[in-house]
Amino acid sequence: MKRFEFIQPSSVEEALAAWEPGAAWLGGGTNLLDLMKIGAMQPDRVIDITRLPGLSGIETLSDGSIRIGALVRNSDLAVNATVARDLPMVAEALLSGASGQLRNAATVGGNLMQHTRCNYFQDPHAACNRREPGAGCDAREAGDRMALLGWSDGCIATNPSDFCVPLAALDAVIEVRGPQGAREIHVSEFHLLPGDNPQRVTALEPGELILALRLPPEATAFAGHARYLKVRDRTSFAFAMSSAAAALKMEDGRISDARLALGAVAAKPWRAAEAEAMLSGAAPEEALFTRAADAALAEAKPSGDNAWKIDLARRTAVRALLMAAAGTPARIPALPASPFGSKVGDLAHA
Amino acid sequence: MPDTLDPHVRFGSNSGQPVTRRDGLAKVTGTATFAADNTPDNMLYAVFVPAAIARGRVTGLDTEAAAAHPGVTHVLTPQNRPPLQGDPSDKPTMFSFRFEALQDDSVRYAGQPIALVVAETLEAANEGARLLNPKYERLTPRTDIDDAEPYAFEAAGFGLPANTVHGNPEAGHASAAQAIDVTYETAPQYHNAMETHAVVAKWEGDHLTLDMPSQAISMSCAGFAYYFGIPAENVTVRSPYLGGGFGSKAIPTGPYVLAILAARMTGRPVKMMLTRQQMFGPVGHRGQTRQRLRLGADDTGRLTVIDHEGIAATSTFDDFVEPAANASQGIYAAGALRSTHRAVKLDIGTPGPMRAPGEASGSAVLECALDELAEKLGLDPLELRLKNYAETEPGTGKPYSSKALRECYAQGAERFGWNSRPRAPGQMRDEDGLLVGWGMGTAFFPCPMFMAEANATLRADSTAVVETSAVDMGQGAWTALAQIAADSLGLPLDKVDFQAGRSGLPDGGVAGGSGHTATAGGALHAAGGDVIRQLGEIAAADPDSPLYGAGNAGFVARDGRLYVAGDESRSEAYTDILARSGGAEIAGNGSASRAPETAEQHAMNAHGAVFAEVKIDPDLCQMRVTRLVGAFAAGRIINPRLAESQLFGGMIWGISFALHEEARHDHKRGHIVNADLAGYHVPVNADVSGLDVITVHEEDPYVNALGIKGVGEIGITGTVGAIGNAIWHATGKRVRRFPIRIEDLLTS
Repeated sequence: MKRFEFIQPSSVEEALAAWEPGAAWLGGGTNLLDLMKIGAMQPDRVIDITRLPGLSGIETLSDGSIRIGALVRNSDLAVNATVARDLPMVAEALLSGASGQLRNAATVGGNLMQHTRCNYFQDPHAACNRREPGAGCDAREAGDRMALLGWSDGCIATNPSDFCVPLAALDAVIEVRGPQGAREIHVSEFHLLPGDNPQRVTALEPGELILALRLPPEATAFAGHARYLKVRDRTSFAFAMSSAAAALKMEDGRISDARLALGAVAAKPWRAAEAEAMLSGAAPEEALFTRAADAALAEAKPSGDNAWKIDLARRTAVRALLMAAAGTPARIPALPASPFGSKVGDLAHA
Repeated sequence: MPDTLDPHVRFGSNSGQPVTRRDGLAKVTGTATFAADNTPDNMLYAVFVPAAIARGRVTGLDTEAAAAHPGVTHVLTPQNRPPLQGDPSDKPTMFSFRFEALQDDSVRYAGQPIALVVAETLEAANEGARLLNPKYERLTPRTDIDDAEPYAFEAAGFGLPANTVHGNPEAGHASAAQAIDVTYETAPQYHNAMETHAVVAKWEGDHLTLDMPSQAISMSCAGFAYYFGIPAENVTVRSPYLGGGFGSKAIPTGPYVLAILAARMTGRPVKMMLTRQQMFGPVGHRGQTRQRLRLGADDTGRLTVIDHEGIAATSTFDDFVEPAANASQGIYAAGALRSTHRAVKLDIGTPGPMRAPGEASGSAVLECALDELAEKLGLDPLELRLKNYAETEPGTGKPYSSKALRECYAQGAERFGWNSRPRAPGQMRDEDGLLVGWGMGTAFFPCPMFMAEANATLRADSTAVVETSAVDMGQGAWTALAQIAADSLGLPLDKVDFQAGRSGLPDGGVAGGSGHTATAGGALHAAGGDVIRQLGEIAAADPDSPLYGAGNAGFVARDGRLYVAGDESRSEAYTDILARSGGAEIAGNGSASRAPETAEQHAMNAHGAVFAEVKIDPDLCQMRVTRLVGAFAAGRIINPRLAESQLFGGMIWGISFALHEEARHDHKRGHIVNADLAGYHVPVNADVSGLDVITVHEEDPYVNALGIKGVGEIGITGTVGAIGNAIWHATGKRVRRFPIRIEDLLTS
């Protein structure tokens, strides 16, 4: 691989000062290092942020928000008692991703920054507008599992993260710091749709570093009816073909508030606001969920030979809503987020 | 005359025991030294540059930039590559392929080596390779099976007939009361052993030492000797451990030859280890197939014809063709049998033998087609197979050397609970509402023998050393073969020093064709028998021995003692016989192969029956194999633990074939888009549950001296079809392509 400078700062200030154009932040390395080895990314400078202090905590703030440091490892987050109790679909999504070894290394900040798994982005010999602005997109005629929503002629890639799907549903806020100081970015504005600028994949400005993630107090109100569902080619260790995070707030047998986000269908986790509006105030019935899923995918269009995927995404949304309506299980199933996770068992917040 | 056990040798005190792998501890503790673990002093690293296009020409390489990179010592291109003494287009051994080793600037497949960079560090070699920044003249690649016209040829696989006809297929079609005509496709699959191909090459004068994983040590020596113009005995191959082979490590390949060439050119040892991505091209694969099966049956379900046509993809520059249609020969008692093959030449790396080459792809389709016929006939799938049970080999009428398939069907069905299967599809659901389906298939694999030799030496202290260049791919050969050797010498396993896995030993043959235990084991058995025979002659002629004069009765060797056959009261320890004879040790040798007349008189196959349960989400269509029961009759089982493990491995490959493995080409650019283990799926643990293997007792006096049939490959056959049939049974949908994907069920 290309030679690069390796820097291990010991404070956030040092890290920010070390950044320059062409540099890359290194967290768990589960994505960046692979891309560097195959030549899809070639940073001149790699800044290892894993030694930065103060970024590895999980805490409940006085207003009830849950704040998660950018360097918290996926494994630690998934088994954190607060997260498992109050944000169960976040834990379920985490545990459905990658493998135990990768989850032990992967960080919260890195997961937010995870690159698309589009084969053409990963192939340095292929034309890819994301990797090289203006190069074209070789995936356009060959991709059969690509985006359904929000894609452009320049890019049909999807965001592969499981974790980010419940984050989108729960209105997470991302705390960043950069040369211009600190700011917060709402998760829905963090990942960008490709439009005419596919190379711009997040709202981070050059040199900005993710410090933490915050879930607002309302996010915990869905804990009794919150599920993540992931459809994929094998039972474990595969990226989603489609996924959905569904969360319901139930009052007197009716849905008082609903959240729905879809994964693997767009360049960002896809929040389905219209579907949520249809669900609010209604009784939880399959026919309603079907209408909501139809609304969520109303704008979907095939980006290749993948019209079937619209149907799959719709079915995934319906099922996730049914699972959420049935209630969060007391224990995350042995096969998290899987259609093969048993539906039988005690509920967590019954 | 059947091959029979040497009467001097008692068999079974070590064999038949579930001994754990003798190399297991070394492997799990990381002390086992695999090829790439060797790092001799002064070593260089070599990295080849894979072509990014599938067809065309390399028009530019920035060799100056690569050579200028710190640490890079040499850049090899077709312009400066030193000559080879043997032509890479020649085929010096039985398992040879034409390969690409920088003969010219043409590109014949994506992933083809187009340059080699040699450097002081791996990182420098990699960066040098990147800096070469190849420029190409691109021609339209042909990578789809429809991109070229099928052509007829003489031999499929390694010398198997391309066309075989028994009886009158046209009459079979004409007389059929029920018929089906179906076409299936199987995907290209790439060997992805855990250990990728690796070599550490070192020249000393005109002697070459290779640390490399090899399934065929003796043949590797001969092959590399040919390309480098040296005698075969000047090549040392050391292959103590392999991290899997599956057929792809039996064959000299272009990358190996380039690394050896670099070592000779630089005068320093050179290491090359392929990346996972580099495995997709120059080291073989299982070729894509399209198979048409036309079956006819009379009203009672007796087959009038099996007519199996296969089209398989091969490369433009060589001709290995997956012999899929041959899987329909020798298995069911049809009135007529026809297997025909054609090939299409595509811009891909040459396919080669991959675990059950032909049998896996062919069986997958045959077993599904039979179920389609059973549905039409209104018969249970097992009933259809039993109605067409072959008592003698169909077509030839030869007797089987042994065949316990009926017992496999019975025991497998019993264990699985097949009798409670509803005939119609879509009838079963589990407590979670998942669709449940049951399917079955017949497993079938021939029993080839290769040639092997072995030495055995009994020492004065009643320990022994045995030698053969056999190899352990991970399947446990070193353990099973040592058990055979210990039995042949009448010694406990721990008294036998088992030497294998390198050249310079008697030729242990090829670890392939599921024939390694039979072949190398046969040679070891004969070598030990030779020692015991000599020992018996010494004792019988020695008036001081209790065995004096008992030569005609014969001896039995056990636990370091010789006993008079039929008279256990007369015995003597090896140590005593040897102490009196004055000789320090007794050396014996042996060989094994199959007499041609034995092969002509009998059909020799291993058989089995596989039963599968799948569960499928009715809306999301995600599939999971929840139970697999396989009952196999494979002759004598030397080590039940290892045999079960081999059969498990085959059945798991069956899951992989049915639901996962597929190299997906971008037909516009010609490359494989999922060339890594994130994209090229094989089953993970969560995909494998409820495996159950039954080994059905079978004694075979004809197949070889030990009665071994082999268990390495048969587990795939039967399993793929069983899973395909179970998916139909769960859903009522018949998907005629493998792997079966979620979208196939969504859209069908």
